[in-house]
Amino acid sequence: MSDANPAEMPERARIDHDAVKPRRGGGKRGEQLQVPEAEFRSYYGRPIIKAPVWKNPDVPLYLFLGGLAGSSSVLAAMAGVTGRPTLRRAGRIGAAAGALGGTVFLVHDLHRPRRFLHMLRVFKPTSPLSVGTWILSPFATFAAATAATEVTGWFRRTGDVTGVAAAALGPALATYTAVLFSNTAVPTWHEAHRHLPVLFGSSAAVAGGGFGLVFASVRDNEPAQRLAIAGACTELAIEKKMEHDLGLLADVYEKGRARTLMTASKTCLVAGALGALVGRRRRWSAALSGLALMAGSALTRFGVFDAGIASANDPAHIVVPQRERIARRQASTQTSTTPPDRAFA
Amino acid sequence: MTNLFDAFSGAATSLSGPLPDPTTDAGWSGDHPKRVGFFTDTSVCIGCKACEVACKEWNLVPDDGTDASDLYRLTGMSYDNTGDLGASTWRHVAFIEDVRPHGTATTGHLPSGLPALGGAPPRDAATAPPDGGTVDLLALLPDGGAHGQQTPDDERDVRWLMSSDVCKHCTHAGCLDVCPTGALFRTEYGTVVVQDDICNGCGYCVPSCPYGVIDVRESDGGAHKCTLCYDRLGEGLEPACAKACPTNSIQFGDLDELQATADARLAELHGRGVEEARLYGRDPDDGVGGDGAFFLLLDEPEVYGLPPDPIVTTRDLPEMWRNAALTAVGLGAAVVAAFFTGGRGK
Amino acid sequence: MAEAHPVGFQWVMEAKARGATVIHVDPRFTRTSAVADLHVPFRAGTDIAFLGGLINYVLTEGKDFREYVTTFTNAADIVGEDFVDTEDMAGIFSGYNAETGRYDPISWQLEGVEYEAPAAGMRDHWEPELREQSEEQSEQQSEQQSEQREHHAAMASDTAGGAGDAAHATASPQRDETLQHPRCVYQVLKRHYARYTPEAVSQVCGMGVDEFLAVARAITENSRRDRTTAWVYSVGWTHHSVGAQYIRGAAILQTLLGNMGRPGGGILALRGHASIQGSTDVPTLYDLLPGYIPMPNAHLHDSLQSFLDADAAKTGFWGNMDAYMVSLLKAWWGDAATAENDFAFDYMPRLTGDHGTYGIVRDQIDRKTFGYFVVGENPAVGHANGKMQRLGLANLDWLVVRDMQMIETATFWKDGPEIETGELRTEDIGTEVFFLPCANHTEKAGTFTNTQRLLQWRREAVHPPGDARSELHFYFHLGKRIREKLAGSTEDRDRPILDLTWDYPTFGVHEEPDPESVLAEINGYDADGNHLSSYTQLEADGSTTAGCWIYTGVYQDGVNQADRRRPGSEQDWVAAEWGWAWPANRRTLYNRASADAAGRPWSERKAYVWWDAEQGKWTGHDIPDFEATKPPTYVPEEGATRQDALAGTDAFIMQTDGKAWLYAPAGLADGPMPTHYEPVESPVANLLHEQQDNPALERIDRAWNRINPAMSEVYPYTFLTYRLTEHHTAGGMSRFLGYLSELQPEFFCEVSPALAQERNLEHLGWATLISARTAIEARVLVTERMKPLRIGDQVVHQIGLPYHWGSNGLSVGDPANDLLGVVMDPNVHIQESKVATCDIQPGRRPRGPALLEFVESYRRKAGVEPGGIT
Repeated sequence: MSDANPAEMPERARIDHDAVKPRRGGGKRGEQLQVPEAEFRSYYGRPIIKAPVWKNPDVPLYLFLGGLAGSSSVLAAMAGVTGRPTLRRAGRIGAAAGALGGTVFLVHDLHRPRRFLHMLRVFKPTSPLSVGTWILSPFATFAAATAATEVTGWFRRTGDVTGVAAAALGPALATYTAVLFSNTAVPTWHEAHRHLPVLFGSSAAVAGGGFGLVFASVRDNEPAQRLAIAGACTELAIEKKMEHDLGLLADVYEKGRARTLMTASKTCLVAGALGALVGRRRRWSAALSGLALMAGSALTRFGVFDAGIASANDPAHIVVPQRERIARRQASTQTSTTPPDRAFA
Repeated sequence: MTNLFDAFSGAATSLSGPLPDPTTDAGWSGDHPKRVGFFTDTSVCIGCKACEVACKEWNLVPDDGTDASDLYRLTGMSYDNTGDLGASTWRHVAFIEDVRPHGTATTGHLPSGLPALGGAPPRDAATAPPDGGTVDLLALLPDGGAHGQQTPDDERDVRWLMSSDVCKHCTHAGCLDVCPTGALFRTEYGTVVVQDDICNGCGYCVPSCPYGVIDVRESDGGAHKCTLCYDRLGEGLEPACAKACPTNSIQFGDLDELQATADARLAELHGRGVEEARLYGRDPDDGVGGDGAFFLLLDEPEVYGLPPDPIVTTRDLPEMWRNAALTAVGLGAAVVAAFFTGGRGK
Repeated sequence: MAEAHPVGFQWVMEAKARGATVIHVDPRFTRTSAVADLHVPFRAGTDIAFLGGLINYVLTEGKDFREYVTTFTNAADIVGEDFVDTEDMAGIFSGYNAETGRYDPISWQLEGVEYEAPAAGMRDHWEPELREQSEEQSEQQSEQQSEQREHHAAMASDTAGGAGDAAHATASPQRDETLQHPRCVYQVLKRHYARYTPEAVSQVCGMGVDEFLAVARAITENSRRDRTTAWVYSVGWTHHSVGAQYIRGAAILQTLLGNMGRPGGGILALRGHASIQGSTDVPTLYDLLPGYIPMPNAHLHDSLQSFLDADAAKTGFWGNMDAYMVSLLKAWWGDAATAENDFAFDYMPRLTGDHGTYGIVRDQIDRKTFGYFVVGENPAVGHANGKMQRLGLANLDWLVVRDMQMIETATFWKDGPEIETGELRTEDIGTEVFFLPCANHTEKAGTFTNTQRLLQWRREAVHPPGDARSELHFYFHLGKRIREKLAGSTEDRDRPILDLTWDYPTFGVHEEPDPESVLAEINGYDADGNHLSSYTQLEADGSTTAGCWIYTGVYQDGVNQADRRRPGSEQDWVAAEWGWAWPANRRTLYNRASADAAGRPWSERKAYVWWDAEQGKWTGHDIPDFEATKPPTYVPEEGATRQDALAGTDAFIMQTDGKAWLYAPAGLADGPMPTHYEPVESPVANLLHEQQDNPALERIDRAWNRINPAMSEVYPYTFLTYRLTEHHTAGGMSRFLGYLSELQPEFFCEVSPALAQERNLEHLGWATLISARTAIEARVLVTERMKPLRIGDQVVHQIGLPYHWGSNGLSVGDPANDLLGVVMDPNVHIQESKVATCDIQPGRRPRGPALLEFVESYRRKAGVEPGGIT
């Protein structure tokens, strides 16, 4: 009399938001927790904060394209000034493509895409997404105009002006996304708010440089090479520092898909950088290195995104650090071991 | 400048710390109503879930089946089959079965032996809290009958904690700060409400809530959460959940009065030796500047699924912007530098 | 209470906030336990051992409220010499007839008390013999007759504590006010409960001695002149084979402690749903007429006089039953009820046997009953032994189901469990089912009567949807149509229907009868058609009408008194102007007992009703439940009748002797004092008495109602059924609603970690529960809230089963009640559904015919007579 179907036991044993909302993946704790269960208490091991509902790959791709566009626009402007036509052309097209592509993904990520323009109802400095929209919109306009003049050859002067305008906004477009992520309650993102801008900025440099290496002529591509290599080194360094500084919160980079992605990213960056170093002068090797670098940049964004989801789903990421914070505060203020609220007894 | 933002965005100007009047801070004129809120006294909650049902009835929130494919399944989390707050759950009653060795203190180990979400194997349900003896005693039980055995449960106390969770309507509301469309706004009552006709489902508010309250409803793509029955307040009615609560565990009123009530209640409980009682979200100096909806808990917040020390994410926003700006300049400089180091290669 | 009555529980929480101690005695740790000051877990079905232990504690420790006891109870009465206690007869009282399995309580009488001719109560059981007697009568000699009649008198036991049990005792029994006489009630009681020591209670109930003593101290220390203790119970007490005696146990305890008729005291019955109290006042019970007037018997009561002689008491307020009865007849048949035709007494239906719900279902299966109205019930899920219920439904000619949802009772013929097993085949079922949508409580006006006897008027909030109509609408128009069909009939048998007063004004397009007009009829009119204001105005000469004498006054002055809504904040703490309480808007019954013999309040703190010497009348916060001007010093003269026979200290005015009965010489079918008997299906032996279970309980021994043997190794575990806050009884009002179903989405059983270990049950896995009736499956919730108990040398595991589920609706599951068999309390024919035994195994139950074989295999193992439907 035991035709129990154990098959459905584990499934039942959970309130299965995972089944309902894929983004809530990683509800399984046990495996995820660095700390043994007994070291912190939780409500049946359930997540305390809500993981982002942002879509994958839309958002990571948007971050990548934004970075690409941002750095490319500056590259293009400088190439224009220093007379590197192929790099200028590549940069301008990269900027436009990145901005427009990014915009498409950004809109598609909305759960009510038709209301994209509601983004422009207000300008809120407290909302990185609002700020970002106000950066992206003019940038995309300038970059597109610039690219258009580049391709058609019409209104070259105007193109130069809009190109500079885009370049002025480019770096901001490349780095504001770091604030977009760190200005959330997701522990792994928020606690990295000193690292993410540098990580994303360098990642943007890698993307832009890589793009330049792919499309610019050997004659023009040296700045792209230097930018990419510098970016790659910075990215690798800051990524290491971030994981170190995050401590417990870094465990999400050391397991699951985030780990795979970050490892792949590092591999691409190293390979791309080395390739760029030795192979810049040959068209094909420069292009290959550029592709590797761009891949590395993109993979970083995917990795950081995944790590954030995992972090949000792990109650230990909320409870343990906050408990430590309370302990530190109490130690400093010499109060009793009771929580601060007890002051109101 | 910030006032300019307020004028059409309703964004709070101060990002953290105590704030006596968030309503005015959000741009309302001085003669707005007093700030209202909830005081949820979990020490008298009987877990009847009338608040959950009344909320859904009044606010026409769909039952979770509208989103979930596997509705009508037990969660195994005691009598809680709701799980957490979300787009379609604006009140959530938590049930914690806290089992302790007879006469031991509250804190120390996980509540009850029930398996965690998708985690520990069900057999764990039969193991005891870390008071040692139980498993051995159980091991003594012969198959098919327990004759002559001491019952293992004699030495254990059971506590059944119940608590009705809700949006905290923070003094510094992360969801409100990060909303790029102005769909989320601070009402004249000091509460935080989503305007569904504005929300474009960007989802930024979801990870920005330190309590995991607000969420996007998959069926309509909009972000939803407790409105503290904004429509009822306008008519001078109390929110549906408070109205339905039979034991007055959910108390609605002017925040300052609720705080006084809560302080008195806490003092009373401590007087009666209920040492584990503590207020949560009552402290205007906490990371969110205090909650509009605060609680009296009988155990640590995380046991109820609440963050022990929440901080509004935008507290660090100025620094973040600074870092981002510097990095941007750095990036620009790097690109420029890339053109001038070492001159032209051949 | 927090589980099943959360709204009413707010007052318990308020009392707690004011410093009251809340003690919860329950086999399970429930939402009530969670907020109680003390939770005492114990073994289901051992409440009398627990209550007996408390009574013993009170008597041995001398904690009884002596002055109250001597003044208001029958403690001093001398019990007749013929009485033999369970102490001396292996757990059985004198008068037991092993063949019939029934008691003849003639030997329980008090000394010096005469009995009148046949009283109310158990007549239905004696009906066959009575018929024989009436046939033999000619041959019988008068003295034999009278002797015979006297015995029937002693059988007296009314199902709902109505006229019957008050009817017998007349004259005044011999008393020993010193309570020293060895046969005085006080001493008899003391001997009876002597063996219910704290240690014995601990052994039987599985609660710690210290836990028991903690409760004993708490209630005794809180019961005195300036303090009172209240007991609250629900069906956890009534659904037992000795259920009525559970309540008696509490009554004895509360009377000894002086907690009756006083503010903050009493025994509160939490009814199963809104207005179940109302449905016993104006009854849906087969053996009662409105106002607890017994139902006449077809073979004993051929005239109004013989009925009154039988059931009306000579003394006490039941002495006025003639007025109550005639007024009822006038209310029903109006001008057609005249003194000449015995006020149409012959129109009144009669009892011909046991027409209790399980008796009826048995008769359905036996094809003795052919039609069935099921209204606001879902027997296929909500009643014990679901198979028995469904077999009954399947053997009908017609079935009318009125409900808001398509409940299992209306669909048993196509998707019932018996269809799955092949025991029934749809094509073989001849029952014609009429399903009629009905209005819910917010869609119609009327009264709710709560456990405090408080009538509260309900207004129609919204119109019922579609074809849904109120019950009032349904029965009124059904009656109209029947009367139209019978119009012009000259048949005598049609007179009762044609002569009914059936003229309620209607309103609206659907011709909804005006419910206030019904309330007015229940209230009653005087000869001039004025609304009566009190039952004391009722006359036996046919000049007054009253549809339910205890409700007279609810429509006083033509005002719907039940619709009064003055907030408590705007009146005193008794709040007499909120709603209306029967009788005569008294909020506490027998409240004369809140003052001492001289009429002075027992204490300032508990002052409630007292004698005002200056004005020469009773006064106080509540309306005195006593003749307003009868002084405390009043002593009835010899031969006085009705209320005049009661002294100024006889507070319990419905009793013939005006006393609270610690010892019940009559009125109960299973003994004058509660005695601990094990549940019929118990895992352990009766440690207190040789007699294992209630010797007088009622059984239905059929293939579809086999009983698990006691102490069976095959069915080793105790289970109890109950309700969850999130669902409503059999689920008709909750399982079909998303908002409620999602809160308790699946049928589950609650087991302790120890039992889970013992039977390899996995949290959230499936478990199959098996009894001699059937096997059902449920999800497993392993919880520390279920505690194994140590009984003697064995561990008793208890399994919790919420019974809300069935096959229809959003949230579905097996009906827990299918697991139950039917054995009944002999007083009220209520099933023992709050405790039974079963086995539990991991995994899902077999499907289809395999299920039957599975259950049979268990029956064989357990030595239960096998065999399917017969």
